[in-house]
Amino acid sequence: MLATILKRLLGAVPNLIGVVIVTFLLTRALPGDPAAFFAGPAGTAEAVEQIRVKLGLDKPLFEQFFLYVRDLAHGDWGNSLATGQPVLTELTTRLPASLELTLVGLVVAVVVAIPLGILAATRPGSWIDHLCRAVATAGVSLPTFFTGLLLAYVFYFLLGWAPSPLGRLDPYLTSPPHVTGFYLIDSLLARDLEVFVSAAKQLLLPALTLALFVLAPLARMTRAAMLGVLSADYIRTARAAGLSGSTVLFTYAFRNALLPVMTTLGMVFSFLLGSNVLVEKVFAWPGIGSFAIEALVASDYAPVQGFVLTMALLYVFLNLAIDIAYGIVDPRMRLHA
Amino acid sequence: MPEITLASSTQAANAWAQRWRMLRYVVAENPLSLVAFLLFAAFVMLAAIGPWLAPFDPLASNVGTPLTPPSSAHWFGTDALGRDILSRVMVAARLDLGIAVAAVGLSCILGGLAGACAGYFGGWTDRIVGRISDTIMAFPLFVLAMGIVAALGNTVANIVLATAIINLPFYIRVARAESTVLRNAAFVEAARLAGNSEARLLFHHIIPNILPPITVQISLNMGWAILNAAGLSFIGLGVRPPQAEWGIMVAEGAQYIVSGEWWIALFPGAVLMLAVFCFNLLGDSLRDLVDPRRRT
Repeated sequence: MLATILKRLLGAVPNLIGVVIVTFLLTRALPGDPAAFFAGPAGTAEAVEQIRVKLGLDKPLFEQFFLYVRDLAHGDWGNSLATGQPVLTELTTRLPASLELTLVGLVVAVVVAIPLGILAATRPGSWIDHLCRAVATAGVSLPTFFTGLLLAYVFYFLLGWAPSPLGRLDPYLTSPPHVTGFYLIDSLLARDLEVFVSAAKQLLLPALTLALFVLAPLARMTRAAMLGVLSADYIRTARAAGLSGSTVLFTYAFRNALLPVMTTLGMVFSFLLGSNVLVEKVFAWPGIGSFAIEALVASDYAPVQGFVLTMALLYVFLNLAIDIAYGIVDPRMRLHA
Repeated sequence: MPEITLASSTQAANAWAQRWRMLRYVVAENPLSLVAFLLFAAFVMLAAIGPWLAPFDPLASNVGTPLTPPSSAHWFGTDALGRDILSRVMVAARLDLGIAVAAVGLSCILGGLAGACAGYFGGWTDRIVGRISDTIMAFPLFVLAMGIVAALGNTVANIVLATAIINLPFYIRVARAESTVLRNAAFVEAARLAGNSEARLLFHHIIPNILPPITVQISLNMGWAILNAAGLSFIGLGVRPPQAEWGIMVAEGAQYIVSGEWWIALFPGAVLMLAVFCFNLLGDSLRDLVDPRRRT
């Protein structure tokens, strides 16, 4: 078991290196001369030269890369021009908001998509099968930012069921004491039910928007995998042996169908993290996505690069987690290791 | 000579009849693909002649009273500057589809070639191409596109480039998988024994045979490319106001939707959704046609 995990960890190293190289290249690909950019339009030739030396831009590219990696390792991710704060602190204070949104969205999607896929596969041609197909095709066609706006319009403006789509909490409430940074958990720890309800209400629409987009590939894959497994010989054997319907479905079919579903989870996370940015912008969610967008619009590059790097690292670790979980679900992988 | 032309023309007629039967079969099997095809034709027409069909100048402000809901004069209503939304939506088709087509085209040529070389030559070529593809896939793709546009500069050309780069791995993967199989096929061996050069084998025997799966990939990718490009302009990258583009129009309408002016964001968003939906349906039916086993 430990050997499997170790092997997977080693497998993630090339991706990690790739990610750091690409983000390094992105920092050096700034249009024109980065030194001139940081000196501003009023910078003299002397000031530009000073900044060039300070940023290490006069050194060969190879050496610059090592300086970049050293800075990253020391937590020096540059400063945000807008707030003057180090990018790393800005990102870490905002990361829980993004993670909370992403995780709740994922859970909602999984809870809806997997039963839907299973039901569709066990009753091919029925209305639920058609529903599943319609959801799968329509879901991937929805621009996340548009569904978000539509939900806000219907549930906030028309029906008045949801709170105004601004931020994580009702503006009159104070945020719970910081423990995990997840408002849902922190408010429960502080036994503050009012804050919990408010946080849950604010979270509902953005999480639903994310879930709607991610639901489609999950439902589609579950249905396809279940269909494939249900026609396998061992399912027929299990049925012939007189096992109950639910035992066949869950113990025999679902566990096997889980494997192809898990391999698509990587792609699902890619979608999830990407559309997270758009949802944060729509709902003024104070996460790292809206932080990056603000910085982008203001041509403030260090936060954007920090954001890309954070997201990529998060994604590499998520993929690693999927890989390890895959090894646990599939006993064959343990044998190979 | 006349017999030959006669023979070839009946052959051509036969081929057409066969295609017609095939088309009828596909439509009967999945009526939605007919809807998708009609929608596709409508979008292509809109992209081609949209600017001439538009009832008003898409950039002219105050062609109507600002912020009026849909009426007989302005079917989709007017925005905060009094511009006609219908005209803007129609004109935007060319830009939106243009970005997606350019990005997917670039991506399929580069990715297809790289993947074909990787699969055909194997060894170092394969390893390098595989590493590049893996590195791109190590990022959440939309986030990588954001980073690329931020680094290279905020222009439409860079939106195209970024969208092309994040689509590369899909084409590399398809082309590589197909050409690894084809490399050892008997007809390729025969052509090699006949003394054809490696380049000729690659371009005349391998690549023509990987075109069908690549085509399917293109149509499956197109909707996603449109979504990505619109998403990038929604967050303020690439296309700049006052230019009409679906993503940016939704962004312009976003601040009004919570106060009840729904039409500004709804119509461009709905048309964007319809375009993506149409390409996804088309991709699905094309895939069913080329490879019925992968139907889901």
